[in-house]
Amino acid sequence: MLTLTNIEKTFFPGTVNEKRALNGLSLHLEQGDFVCIIGSNGAGKSTLLNAVSGEFLPDSGKIELAGQDITFLPDYKRAKKIGRLFQDPMRGTAPHMTIEENLSLAYLRASGKSSPFRLIGKKERALFREQLARLELGLEDRMTQPVGLLSGGQRQALTLLMATVVTPQLLLLDEHTAALDPATAEKVLALTQRIVQESNITCLMVTHNMESALTVGNRTVMMDGGRILLDLQGKERAQMTVEGLLEKFREKSGVCITNDRMLLS
Amino acid sequence: MNPTVLLTSIEQGLIYSLVALGLYVSFRILDIADLTTDGSFTLGLVTCTAFTAAGHPYLGFVAALVAGALAGGITAILQTRLGVQPILAGIITMTALISVNLMILGGKSNLSLLRTETIFTKAEEVFGSNGGLVVAATVALICGGGLVWFLRTQLGLSLRATGDNRAMVSASSINPAFTTTVGLCIANAVVALSGALLAQQQGYGDTTLGTGMVVIGLASLVIGEVVTGRRGGMVGAVAAAVLGSVIYRIITAFALTSNLGASNLKLVSAVIVAIAISYPTVITKIKLQQQKRGHSKC
Repeated sequence: MLTLTNIEKTFFPGTVNEKRALNGLSLHLEQGDFVCIIGSNGAGKSTLLNAVSGEFLPDSGKIELAGQDITFLPDYKRAKKIGRLFQDPMRGTAPHMTIEENLSLAYLRASGKSSPFRLIGKKERALFREQLARLELGLEDRMTQPVGLLSGGQRQALTLLMATVVTPQLLLLDEHTAALDPATAEKVLALTQRIVQESNITCLMVTHNMESALTVGNRTVMMDGGRILLDLQGKERAQMTVEGLLEKFREKSGVCITNDRMLLS
Repeated sequence: MNPTVLLTSIEQGLIYSLVALGLYVSFRILDIADLTTDGSFTLGLVTCTAFTAAGHPYLGFVAALVAGALAGGITAILQTRLGVQPILAGIITMTALISVNLMILGGKSNLSLLRTETIFTKAEEVFGSNGGLVVAATVALICGGGLVWFLRTQLGLSLRATGDNRAMVSASSINPAFTTTVGLCIANAVVALSGALLAQQQGYGDTTLGTGMVVIGLASLVIGEVVTGRRGGMVGAVAAAVLGSVIYRIITAFALTSNLGASNLKLVSAVIVAIAISYPTVITKIKLQQQKRGHSKC
Protein backbone atom coordinates (compact mmCIF):
# COMPACT_ATOMS: atom_id res chain seq x y z
CA MET A 1 0.00 0.00 0.00
CA LEU A 2 2.59 2.49 1.16
CA THR A 3 6.26 1.88 0.48
CA LEU A 4 9.08 4.16 1.53
CA THR A 5 12.50 3.25 0.19
CA ASN A 6 15.74 4.71 1.56
CA ILE A 7 14.34 8.11 2.45
CA GLU A 8 17.02 10.66 3.35
CA LYS A 9 16.35 14.14 4.62
CA THR A 10 18.81 16.62 6.09
CA PHE A 11 17.56 19.98 7.32
CA PHE A 12 19.84 23.05 7.10
CA PRO A 13 22.64 21.16 5.30
CA GLY A 14 26.09 22.70 5.57
CA THR A 15 25.25 24.87 8.60
CA VAL A 16 25.87 24.41 12.29
CA ASN A 17 22.21 23.50 12.64
CA GLU A 18 22.53 20.61 10.23
CA LYS A 19 20.10 17.91 11.26
CA ARG A 20 19.82 14.52 9.67
CA ALA A 21 16.12 13.95 10.26
CA LEU A 22 15.59 10.86 8.13
CA ASN A 23 18.49 8.50 7.69
CA GLY A 24 17.89 5.94 4.96
CA LEU A 25 14.46 5.05 6.25
CA SER A 26 12.51 2.25 4.62
CA LEU A 27 9.03 1.12 5.58
CA HIS A 28 6.32 -0.94 3.95
CA LEU A 29 2.66 -0.95 4.91
CA GLU A 30 0.10 -3.48 3.72
CA GLN A 31 -3.49 -2.50 2.99
CA GLY A 32 -5.31 -2.14 6.31
CA ASP A 33 -2.16 -1.89 8.43
CA PHE A 34 -2.52 0.39 11.46
CA VAL A 35 0.99 1.32 12.53
CA CYS A 36 1.82 3.13 15.77
CA ILE A 37 5.08 5.05 15.68
CA ILE A 38 6.94 5.80 18.89
CA GLY A 39 10.30 7.32 19.62
CA SER A 40 11.88 10.10 21.64
CA ASN A 41 11.73 13.74 20.65
CA GLY A 42 13.71 14.39 17.50
CA ALA A 43 13.60 10.76 16.41
CA GLY A 44 12.02 11.77 13.10
CA LYS A 45 8.43 10.62 13.69
CA SER A 46 6.74 13.79 12.51
CA THR A 47 9.34 14.23 9.79
CA LEU A 48 8.37 10.82 8.48
CA LEU A 49 4.71 11.83 8.36
CA ASN A 50 5.61 15.13 6.72
CA ALA A 51 7.60 13.30 4.07
CA VAL A 52 4.61 11.08 3.30
CA SER A 53 2.18 14.00 3.18
CA GLY A 54 4.53 16.02 0.98
CA GLU A 55 5.30 18.91 3.32
CA PHE A 56 8.85 18.73 1.93
CA LEU A 57 10.61 16.67 -0.72
CA PRO A 58 13.13 14.09 0.50
CA ASP A 59 16.79 14.52 -0.49
CA SER A 60 16.76 11.00 -1.89
CA GLY A 61 14.60 7.90 -1.81
CA LYS A 62 11.23 6.95 -3.16
CA ILE A 63 7.67 7.08 -1.82
CA GLU A 64 4.96 4.93 -3.38
CA LEU A 65 1.28 4.93 -2.50
CA ALA A 66 -0.97 2.23 -3.96
CA GLY A 67 1.49 1.54 -6.73
CA GLN A 68 1.89 5.20 -7.71
CA ASP A 69 5.17 7.04 -7.30
CA ILE A 70 4.25 10.15 -5.26
CA THR A 71 7.80 11.25 -4.36
CA PHE A 72 7.49 14.57 -6.23
CA LEU A 73 3.75 15.13 -6.03
CA PRO A 74 2.90 18.44 -4.27
CA ASP A 75 1.19 18.17 -0.88
CA TYR A 76 -2.24 19.42 -1.93
CA LYS A 77 -2.41 16.79 -4.67
CA ARG A 78 -1.47 14.01 -2.27
CA ALA A 79 -4.15 15.24 0.11
CA LYS A 80 -6.77 13.82 -2.26
CA LYS A 81 -5.67 10.35 -1.18
CA ILE A 82 -4.17 11.03 2.23
CA GLY A 83 -6.16 12.21 5.23
CA ARG A 84 -4.26 13.97 7.98
CA LEU A 85 -4.74 15.07 11.59
CA PHE A 86 -2.37 17.27 13.56
CA GLN A 87 -1.73 17.72 17.25
CA ASP A 88 -3.26 21.21 17.15
CA PRO A 89 -7.06 20.84 16.92
CA MET A 90 -7.24 24.33 15.36
CA ARG A 91 -5.30 23.26 12.29
CA GLY A 92 -7.83 20.95 10.69
CA THR A 93 -10.99 23.06 10.44
CA ALA A 94 -12.08 26.51 9.28
CA PRO A 95 -13.42 28.29 12.40
CA HIS A 96 -15.76 30.77 10.71
CA MET A 97 -17.41 28.19 8.52
CA THR A 98 -20.22 26.00 9.85
CA ILE A 99 -19.86 22.31 10.69
CA GLU A 100 -21.85 21.48 7.59
CA GLU A 101 -19.69 23.70 5.37
CA ASN A 102 -16.50 22.18 6.73
CA LEU A 103 -17.79 18.68 6.05
CA SER A 104 -19.07 19.71 2.62
CA LEU A 105 -15.66 21.02 1.72
CA ALA A 106 -13.94 17.81 2.79
CA TYR A 107 -16.57 15.70 1.07
CA LEU A 108 -16.63 17.59 -2.21
CA ARG A 109 -12.85 17.78 -2.43
CA ALA A 110 -12.21 14.15 -1.65
CA SER A 111 -14.99 12.62 -3.74
CA GLY A 112 -12.91 13.68 -6.73
CA LYS A 113 -13.98 14.04 -10.35
CA SER A 114 -16.86 16.33 -9.37
CA SER A 115 -17.19 19.78 -10.95
CA PRO A 116 -15.79 22.74 -8.97
CA PHE A 117 -19.32 24.18 -8.96
CA ARG A 118 -21.00 21.23 -7.30
CA LEU A 119 -23.28 21.94 -4.38
CA ILE A 120 -24.26 19.88 -1.37
CA GLY A 121 -27.67 18.29 -1.68
CA LYS A 122 -30.21 16.69 0.64
CA LYS A 123 -28.65 13.26 0.31
CA GLU A 124 -25.21 14.49 1.40
CA ARG A 125 -26.68 16.49 4.25
CA ALA A 126 -28.40 13.34 5.52
CA LEU A 127 -25.11 11.47 5.25
CA PHE A 128 -23.31 14.17 7.29
CA ARG A 129 -26.02 14.05 9.92
CA GLU A 130 -25.77 10.32 10.22
CA GLN A 131 -21.97 10.39 10.40
CA LEU A 132 -21.96 13.20 12.97
CA ALA A 133 -24.48 11.29 15.10
CA ARG A 134 -22.05 8.39 15.24
CA LEU A 135 -19.48 10.62 16.96
CA GLU A 136 -21.95 10.79 19.87
CA LEU A 137 -21.06 14.40 20.61
CA GLY A 138 -24.41 15.92 19.68
CA LEU A 139 -22.85 17.72 16.72
CA GLU A 140 -25.62 16.52 14.36
CA ASP A 141 -27.93 19.12 15.90
CA ARG A 142 -25.40 21.94 15.55
CA MET A 143 -24.63 21.65 11.85
CA THR A 144 -25.25 25.31 11.09
CA GLN A 145 -23.02 26.58 13.91
CA PRO A 146 -19.52 27.86 13.18
CA VAL A 147 -16.79 25.37 14.07
CA GLY A 148 -15.04 28.05 16.15
CA LEU A 149 -17.61 27.44 18.88
CA LEU A 150 -16.58 23.81 19.37
CA SER A 151 -14.13 22.55 22.00
CA GLY A 152 -10.74 21.16 21.04
CA GLY A 153 -11.93 17.57 21.37
CA GLN A 154 -15.04 18.22 19.31
CA ARG A 155 -13.00 19.95 16.64
CA GLN A 156 -10.54 17.05 16.53
CA ALA A 157 -13.40 14.56 16.22
CA LEU A 158 -14.84 16.65 13.40
CA THR A 159 -11.44 16.81 11.69
CA LEU A 160 -11.25 13.03 11.93
CA LEU A 161 -14.66 12.76 10.32
CA MET A 162 -13.62 15.24 7.60
CA ALA A 163 -10.52 13.18 6.86
CA THR A 164 -12.51 9.97 6.56
CA VAL A 165 -15.94 11.05 5.24
CA VAL A 166 -14.63 9.83 1.91
CA THR A 167 -12.39 6.87 2.77
CA PRO A 168 -8.76 7.92 2.19
CA GLN A 169 -6.10 5.50 0.96
CA LEU A 170 -3.96 6.49 3.91
CA LEU A 171 -4.58 8.26 7.20
CA LEU A 172 -1.77 10.12 9.00
CA LEU A 173 -2.27 10.92 12.68
CA ASP A 174 0.39 13.13 14.23
CA GLU A 175 -0.19 12.92 17.98
CA HIS A 176 -3.76 13.93 17.31
CA THR A 177 -4.87 13.33 20.91
CA ALA A 178 -1.86 14.94 22.65
CA ALA A 179 -3.46 18.38 23.09
CA LEU A 180 -6.68 17.01 24.57
CA ASP A 181 -7.56 16.26 28.20
CA PRO A 182 -7.18 12.54 29.12
CA ALA A 183 -10.90 11.66 28.97
CA THR A 184 -11.41 13.40 25.62
CA ALA A 185 -8.17 11.94 24.28
CA GLU A 186 -9.42 8.47 25.10
CA LYS A 187 -12.72 9.14 23.39
CA VAL A 188 -11.09 10.51 20.23
CA LEU A 189 -8.69 7.56 20.15
CA ALA A 190 -11.55 5.07 20.50
CA LEU A 191 -13.36 6.90 17.72
CA THR A 192 -10.25 6.74 15.56
CA GLN A 193 -9.94 2.99 16.08
CA ARG A 194 -13.58 2.44 15.23
CA ILE A 195 -13.53 4.49 12.05
CA VAL A 196 -10.21 3.05 10.86
CA GLN A 197 -11.43 -0.48 11.48
CA GLU A 198 -14.83 -0.02 9.90
CA SER A 199 -13.45 1.43 6.68
CA ASN A 200 -10.30 -0.72 6.75
CA ILE A 201 -8.07 2.36 6.36
CA THR A 202 -4.30 2.05 6.21
CA CYS A 203 -3.03 4.27 9.00
CA LEU A 204 0.17 5.72 10.46
CA MET A 205 -0.17 7.12 13.97
CA VAL A 206 2.52 8.93 15.94
CA THR A 207 2.01 8.68 19.68
CA HIS A 208 3.90 9.34 22.87
CA ASN A 209 1.75 6.93 24.77
CA MET A 210 3.63 3.60 24.93
CA GLU A 211 0.62 1.81 26.31
CA SER A 212 -1.62 2.70 23.37
CA ALA A 213 1.28 2.16 20.98
CA LEU A 214 1.12 -1.51 21.91
CA THR A 215 -2.64 -1.89 22.08
CA VAL A 216 -3.87 0.28 19.21
CA GLY A 217 -3.52 -1.02 15.66
CA ASN A 218 -1.61 -4.07 14.51
CA ARG A 219 2.00 -2.85 14.32
CA THR A 220 4.36 -0.86 16.50
CA VAL A 221 7.35 0.89 14.98
CA MET A 222 10.04 2.45 17.13
CA MET A 223 12.19 5.20 15.63
CA ASP A 224 15.48 6.76 16.62
CA GLY A 225 17.89 9.04 14.80
CA GLY A 226 15.78 9.06 11.65
CA ARG A 227 15.72 5.30 11.32
CA ILE A 228 13.44 2.47 12.26
CA LEU A 229 14.83 0.69 15.28
CA LEU A 230 12.15 -1.86 15.86
CA ASP A 231 9.14 -3.11 13.91
CA LEU A 232 6.83 -5.26 16.00
CA GLN A 233 3.80 -7.18 14.81
CA GLY A 234 1.87 -10.37 15.38
CA LYS A 235 2.84 -12.59 18.28
CA GLU A 236 5.95 -10.68 19.19
CA ARG A 237 3.90 -7.51 19.61
CA ALA A 238 1.15 -9.23 21.56
CA GLN A 239 3.66 -10.39 24.14
CA MET A 240 5.51 -7.08 24.38
CA THR A 241 5.16 -4.90 27.48
CA VAL A 242 6.02 -1.24 27.99
CA GLU A 243 9.04 -2.29 30.10
CA GLY A 244 10.12 -4.70 27.40
CA LEU A 245 9.85 -1.93 24.83
CA LEU A 246 12.08 0.35 26.88
CA GLU A 247 14.54 -2.49 27.35
CA LYS A 248 14.62 -3.06 23.59
CA PHE A 249 15.21 0.63 23.03
CA ARG A 250 18.21 0.70 25.38
CA GLU A 251 19.60 -2.40 23.78
CA LYS A 252 19.27 -1.12 20.22
CA SER A 253 20.19 2.53 20.61
CA GLY A 254 22.58 2.26 23.50
CA VAL A 255 20.94 5.23 25.17
CA CYS A 256 19.24 5.29 28.51
CA ILE A 257 15.91 7.01 28.12
CA THR A 258 14.63 7.07 31.67
CA ASN A 259 14.51 10.86 31.55
CA ASP A 260 12.74 11.05 28.25
CA ARG A 261 9.23 12.18 27.66
CA MET A 262 8.46 8.68 26.43
CA LEU A 263 8.29 7.57 30.02
CA LEU A 264 5.79 10.20 30.98
CA SER A 265 2.95 8.24 29.44
CA MET B 1 -34.32 65.20 0.88
CA ASN B 2 -36.54 65.09 -2.19
CA PRO B 3 -37.54 61.71 -3.67
CA THR B 4 -35.60 62.25 -6.91
CA VAL B 5 -32.35 62.71 -5.04
CA LEU B 6 -33.12 59.68 -2.89
CA LEU B 7 -33.82 57.49 -5.93
CA THR B 8 -30.63 58.69 -7.61
CA SER B 9 -28.67 57.88 -4.44
CA ILE B 10 -30.16 54.40 -4.33
CA GLU B 11 -29.31 53.87 -7.99
CA GLN B 12 -25.73 55.03 -7.39
CA GLY B 13 -25.53 52.91 -4.27
CA LEU B 14 -26.59 49.83 -6.17
CA ILE B 15 -24.01 50.49 -8.88
CA TYR B 16 -21.24 50.98 -6.31
CA SER B 17 -22.48 47.97 -4.32
CA LEU B 18 -20.54 45.80 -6.75
CA VAL B 19 -17.34 47.34 -5.35
CA ALA B 20 -18.48 46.37 -1.86
CA LEU B 21 -19.24 42.84 -3.10
CA GLY B 22 -15.79 42.60 -4.67
CA LEU B 23 -14.17 43.75 -1.46
CA TYR B 24 -16.29 41.30 0.49
CA VAL B 25 -14.60 38.55 -1.52
CA SER B 26 -11.05 39.88 -1.24
CA PHE B 27 -11.09 41.53 2.18
CA ARG B 28 -13.55 39.48 4.20
CA ILE B 29 -13.33 36.07 2.56
CA LEU B 30 -9.71 35.89 1.42
CA ASP B 31 -8.49 38.25 4.15
CA ILE B 32 -6.40 40.27 1.69
CA ALA B 33 -6.49 44.07 1.53
CA ASP B 34 -6.52 44.24 -2.25
CA LEU B 35 -5.45 47.69 -3.44
CA THR B 36 -5.89 46.66 -7.07
CA THR B 37 -9.50 47.77 -6.54
CA ASP B 38 -8.81 51.46 -7.30
CA GLY B 39 -7.20 50.52 -10.58
CA SER B 40 -9.60 47.79 -11.62
CA PHE B 41 -12.62 50.02 -11.02
CA THR B 42 -11.19 52.62 -13.39
CA LEU B 43 -10.08 49.89 -15.78
CA GLY B 44 -13.65 48.62 -16.06
CA LEU B 45 -14.87 52.16 -16.41
CA VAL B 46 -12.56 53.18 -19.25
CA THR B 47 -12.81 49.83 -21.04
CA CYS B 48 -16.57 50.07 -21.09
CA THR B 49 -16.39 53.74 -22.11
CA ALA B 50 -14.16 52.89 -25.05
CA PHE B 51 -16.42 50.04 -26.20
CA THR B 52 -19.59 52.10 -25.74
CA ALA B 53 -18.14 55.03 -27.65
CA ALA B 54 -17.34 52.58 -30.45
CA GLY B 55 -21.00 51.49 -30.46
CA HIS B 56 -20.77 48.27 -28.43
CA PRO B 57 -22.35 49.08 -25.06
CA TYR B 58 -23.11 45.46 -24.09
CA LEU B 59 -19.81 44.05 -25.25
CA GLY B 60 -18.35 46.80 -23.05
CA PHE B 61 -19.60 45.02 -19.93
CA VAL B 62 -18.08 41.74 -20.99
CA ALA B 63 -14.81 43.46 -21.80
CA ALA B 64 -14.83 45.22 -18.43
CA LEU B 65 -15.39 41.92 -16.61
CA VAL B 66 -12.54 40.26 -18.48
CA ALA B 67 -10.21 43.23 -17.97
CA GLY B 68 -11.00 43.33 -14.25
CA ALA B 69 -10.38 39.61 -13.89
CA LEU B 70 -7.05 39.99 -15.69
CA ALA B 71 -6.00 42.81 -13.35
CA GLY B 72 -6.92 40.64 -10.35
CA GLY B 73 -5.04 37.75 -11.91
CA ILE B 74 -1.87 39.81 -12.26
CA THR B 75 -2.02 40.85 -8.60
CA ALA B 76 -2.62 37.21 -7.66
CA ILE B 77 0.32 35.94 -9.68
CA LEU B 78 2.57 38.59 -8.11
CA GLN B 79 1.65 37.51 -4.59
CA THR B 80 1.16 33.75 -4.94
CA ARG B 81 3.81 32.79 -7.48
CA LEU B 82 6.41 35.56 -7.30
CA GLY B 83 6.48 36.19 -3.56
CA VAL B 84 5.48 39.87 -3.59
CA GLN B 85 3.72 40.95 -0.38
CA PRO B 86 -0.07 41.08 -0.89
CA ILE B 87 -0.39 44.84 -0.24
CA LEU B 88 2.54 45.68 -2.50
CA ALA B 89 1.24 43.39 -5.25
CA GLY B 90 -1.99 45.40 -5.29
CA ILE B 91 -0.14 48.71 -5.34
CA ILE B 92 2.05 47.58 -8.24
CA THR B 93 -0.93 46.55 -10.35
CA MET B 94 -2.86 49.68 -9.43
CA THR B 95 0.06 51.91 -10.41
CA ALA B 96 0.53 50.12 -13.71
CA LEU B 97 -3.18 50.45 -14.41
CA ILE B 98 -3.01 54.26 -14.21
CA SER B 99 -1.00 54.23 -17.46
CA VAL B 100 -3.03 51.40 -18.97
CA ASN B 101 -6.28 53.26 -18.31
CA LEU B 102 -5.00 56.38 -20.05
CA MET B 103 -3.89 54.20 -22.96
CA ILE B 104 -7.36 52.69 -23.29
CA LEU B 105 -8.92 56.15 -23.56
CA GLY B 106 -6.40 56.96 -26.29
CA GLY B 107 -4.15 59.07 -24.12
CA LYS B 108 -6.95 61.31 -22.88
CA SER B 109 -8.11 61.42 -19.30
CA ASN B 110 -11.82 61.54 -20.16
CA LEU B 111 -14.27 60.65 -22.87
CA SER B 112 -17.91 61.70 -23.22
CA LEU B 113 -20.67 59.26 -24.14
CA LEU B 114 -23.23 61.91 -25.03
CA ARG B 115 -25.87 60.76 -27.49
CA THR B 116 -24.43 57.25 -27.46
CA GLU B 117 -26.60 54.22 -26.86
CA THR B 118 -26.07 52.68 -23.40
CA ILE B 119 -27.94 50.13 -21.33
CA PHE B 120 -29.35 53.07 -19.35
CA THR B 121 -30.77 54.88 -22.38
CA LYS B 122 -32.33 51.58 -23.51
CA ALA B 123 -33.80 50.95 -20.08
CA GLU B 124 -35.30 54.43 -19.96
CA GLU B 125 -37.05 53.74 -23.26
CA VAL B 126 -38.64 50.66 -21.68
CA PHE B 127 -39.15 51.59 -18.01
CA GLY B 128 -39.31 55.35 -18.23
CA SER B 129 -37.43 57.56 -15.81
CA ASN B 130 -36.83 54.68 -13.37
CA GLY B 131 -34.97 52.66 -15.98
CA GLY B 132 -31.60 53.35 -14.40
CA LEU B 133 -32.78 52.07 -11.05
CA VAL B 134 -34.10 48.89 -12.66
CA VAL B 135 -30.76 48.25 -14.38
CA ALA B 136 -28.73 48.90 -11.23
CA ALA B 137 -31.02 46.77 -9.04
CA THR B 138 -31.03 43.90 -11.54
CA VAL B 139 -27.24 43.83 -11.84
CA ALA B 140 -26.79 44.07 -8.05
CA LEU B 141 -29.29 41.24 -7.57
CA ILE B 142 -27.62 39.02 -10.16
CA CYS B 143 -24.13 39.65 -8.75
CA GLY B 144 -25.24 39.24 -5.13
CA GLY B 145 -27.23 36.09 -5.88
CA GLY B 146 -24.45 34.71 -8.02
CA LEU B 147 -21.95 35.30 -5.23
CA VAL B 148 -24.11 33.53 -2.64
CA TRP B 149 -24.50 30.58 -5.00
CA PHE B 150 -20.79 30.49 -5.81
CA LEU B 151 -19.66 30.60 -2.19
CA ARG B 152 -21.63 27.41 -1.52
CA THR B 153 -20.04 25.44 -4.32
CA GLN B 154 -16.98 23.31 -3.86
CA LEU B 155 -14.72 26.04 -5.25
CA GLY B 156 -16.46 28.71 -3.18
CA LEU B 157 -16.05 26.70 0.02
CA SER B 158 -12.36 26.19 -0.82
CA LEU B 159 -12.00 29.95 -1.25
CA ARG B 160 -13.55 30.63 2.13
CA ALA B 161 -11.38 28.03 3.81
CA THR B 162 -8.29 29.66 2.25
CA GLY B 163 -9.05 32.93 4.00
CA ASP B 164 -10.20 31.27 7.20
CA ASN B 165 -7.49 28.72 7.95
CA ARG B 166 -4.56 28.56 5.58
CA ALA B 167 -2.92 25.73 7.53
CA MET B 168 -5.91 23.52 6.93
CA VAL B 169 -6.14 24.28 3.27
CA SER B 170 -3.20 22.41 1.77
CA ALA B 171 -3.93 19.46 4.06
CA SER B 172 -7.37 19.23 2.43
CA SER B 173 -6.14 19.06 -1.17
CA ILE B 174 -6.70 22.73 -1.95
CA ASN B 175 -3.97 24.69 -3.67
CA PRO B 176 -4.10 28.05 -1.85
CA ALA B 177 -2.32 29.79 -4.75
CA PHE B 178 -5.13 28.71 -7.05
CA THR B 179 -8.00 29.68 -4.77
CA THR B 180 -6.40 33.07 -4.04
CA THR B 181 -6.08 33.67 -7.78
CA VAL B 182 -9.70 32.71 -8.44
CA GLY B 183 -10.85 34.95 -5.59
CA LEU B 184 -8.90 38.00 -6.74
CA CYS B 185 -10.06 37.53 -10.34
CA ILE B 186 -13.71 37.38 -9.27
CA ALA B 187 -13.35 40.32 -6.87
CA ASN B 188 -11.74 42.59 -9.46
CA ALA B 189 -14.09 41.50 -12.25
CA VAL B 190 -17.06 42.54 -10.12
CA VAL B 191 -15.34 45.83 -9.19
CA ALA B 192 -14.64 46.51 -12.88
CA LEU B 193 -18.29 45.84 -13.71
CA SER B 194 -19.21 48.51 -11.20
CA GLY B 195 -16.97 50.98 -13.03
CA ALA B 196 -18.48 49.94 -16.36
CA LEU B 197 -22.01 50.58 -15.12
CA LEU B 198 -21.00 53.94 -13.70
CA ALA B 199 -19.50 55.04 -17.02
CA GLN B 200 -22.72 54.28 -18.89
CA GLN B 201 -24.91 55.77 -16.19
CA GLN B 202 -23.00 59.04 -16.02
CA GLY B 203 -22.45 59.17 -19.74
CA TYR B 204 -18.73 59.76 -19.55
CA GLY B 205 -15.54 58.01 -18.61
CA ASP B 206 -12.86 59.66 -16.50
CA THR B 207 -9.61 58.09 -15.35
CA THR B 208 -9.74 59.74 -11.93
CA LEU B 209 -13.10 58.29 -10.85
CA GLY B 210 -11.55 55.26 -9.14
CA THR B 211 -9.42 57.18 -6.65
CA GLY B 212 -10.10 56.07 -3.10
CA MET B 213 -12.44 53.30 -4.23
CA VAL B 214 -10.93 50.75 -1.79
CA VAL B 215 -11.77 52.94 1.18
CA ILE B 216 -15.24 53.78 -0.12
CA GLY B 217 -15.94 50.09 -0.70
CA LEU B 218 -14.67 49.13 2.74
CA ALA B 219 -16.71 51.92 4.33
CA SER B 220 -19.82 50.54 2.59
CA LEU B 221 -18.99 47.03 3.72
CA VAL B 222 -18.50 48.13 7.32
CA ILE B 223 -21.63 50.31 7.39
CA GLY B 224 -23.64 47.34 6.13
CA GLU B 225 -22.17 45.06 8.77
CA VAL B 226 -22.95 47.51 11.53
CA VAL B 227 -26.53 48.02 10.34
CA THR B 228 -27.29 44.30 9.98
CA GLY B 229 -25.22 43.28 13.01
CA ARG B 230 -23.49 40.55 10.99
CA ARG B 231 -26.57 38.40 11.09
CA GLY B 232 -27.95 35.98 8.52
CA GLY B 233 -24.78 34.12 7.56
CA MET B 234 -23.56 34.51 4.01
CA VAL B 235 -26.80 35.78 2.48
CA GLY B 236 -26.86 38.35 5.27
CA ALA B 237 -23.27 39.39 4.59
CA VAL B 238 -23.85 39.85 0.87
CA ALA B 239 -27.08 41.76 1.46
CA ALA B 240 -25.25 43.89 4.05
CA ALA B 241 -22.61 44.86 1.50
CA VAL B 242 -25.28 46.08 -0.94
CA LEU B 243 -27.28 47.81 1.79
CA GLY B 244 -24.14 49.47 3.17
CA SER B 245 -23.29 50.84 -0.23
CA VAL B 246 -26.76 52.33 -0.68
CA ILE B 247 -26.61 53.91 2.79
CA TYR B 248 -23.17 55.33 1.98
CA ARG B 249 -24.55 57.01 -1.14
CA ILE B 250 -27.49 58.45 0.80
CA ILE B 251 -25.04 59.87 3.34
CA THR B 252 -23.07 61.26 0.41
CA ALA B 253 -26.16 62.95 -0.99
CA PHE B 254 -26.82 64.54 2.39
CA ALA B 255 -23.25 65.73 2.58
CA LEU B 256 -23.53 67.30 -0.86
CA THR B 257 -26.57 69.32 0.17
CA SER B 258 -25.34 70.24 3.65
CA ASN B 259 -22.40 72.21 4.96
CA LEU B 260 -20.13 69.18 5.01
CA GLY B 261 -19.25 69.66 1.37
CA ALA B 262 -18.46 67.07 -1.25
CA SER B 263 -14.72 67.66 -1.05
CA ASN B 264 -14.63 66.35 2.52
CA LEU B 265 -16.31 63.07 1.70
CA LYS B 266 -13.17 61.04 1.26
CA LEU B 267 -11.97 62.23 4.66
CA VAL B 268 -15.25 61.11 6.22
CA SER B 269 -14.99 57.72 4.46
CA ALA B 270 -11.45 57.25 5.70
CA VAL B 271 -12.48 58.06 9.27
CA ILE B 272 -15.44 55.64 9.08
CA VAL B 273 -13.17 52.81 7.89
CA ALA B 274 -10.44 53.56 10.44
CA ILE B 275 -12.91 53.64 13.33
CA ALA B 276 -14.85 50.57 12.20
CA ILE B 277 -11.78 48.41 11.70
CA SER B 278 -9.98 49.51 14.87
CA TYR B 279 -13.19 49.25 16.92
CA PRO B 280 -12.68 45.70 18.32
CA THR B 281 -9.09 46.44 19.39
CA VAL B 282 -10.05 49.73 21.05
CA ILE B 283 -12.91 48.05 22.93
CA THR B 284 -10.58 45.30 24.18
CA LYS B 285 -8.09 47.91 25.40
CA ILE B 286 -10.76 49.94 27.17
CA LYS B 287 -12.09 46.81 28.87
CA LEU B 288 -8.59 45.89 29.98
CA GLN B 289 -8.10 49.36 31.46
CA GLN B 290 -11.40 49.10 33.32
CA GLN B 291 -10.42 45.70 34.64
CA LYS B 292 -7.05 47.03 35.83
CA ARG B 293 -8.71 49.97 37.56
CA GLY B 294 -11.31 47.73 39.19
CA HIS B 295 -8.52 45.46 40.35
CA SER B 296 -6.46 48.22 41.99
CA LYS B 297 -9.51 49.43 43.93
CA CYS B 298 -9.97 46.10 45.70
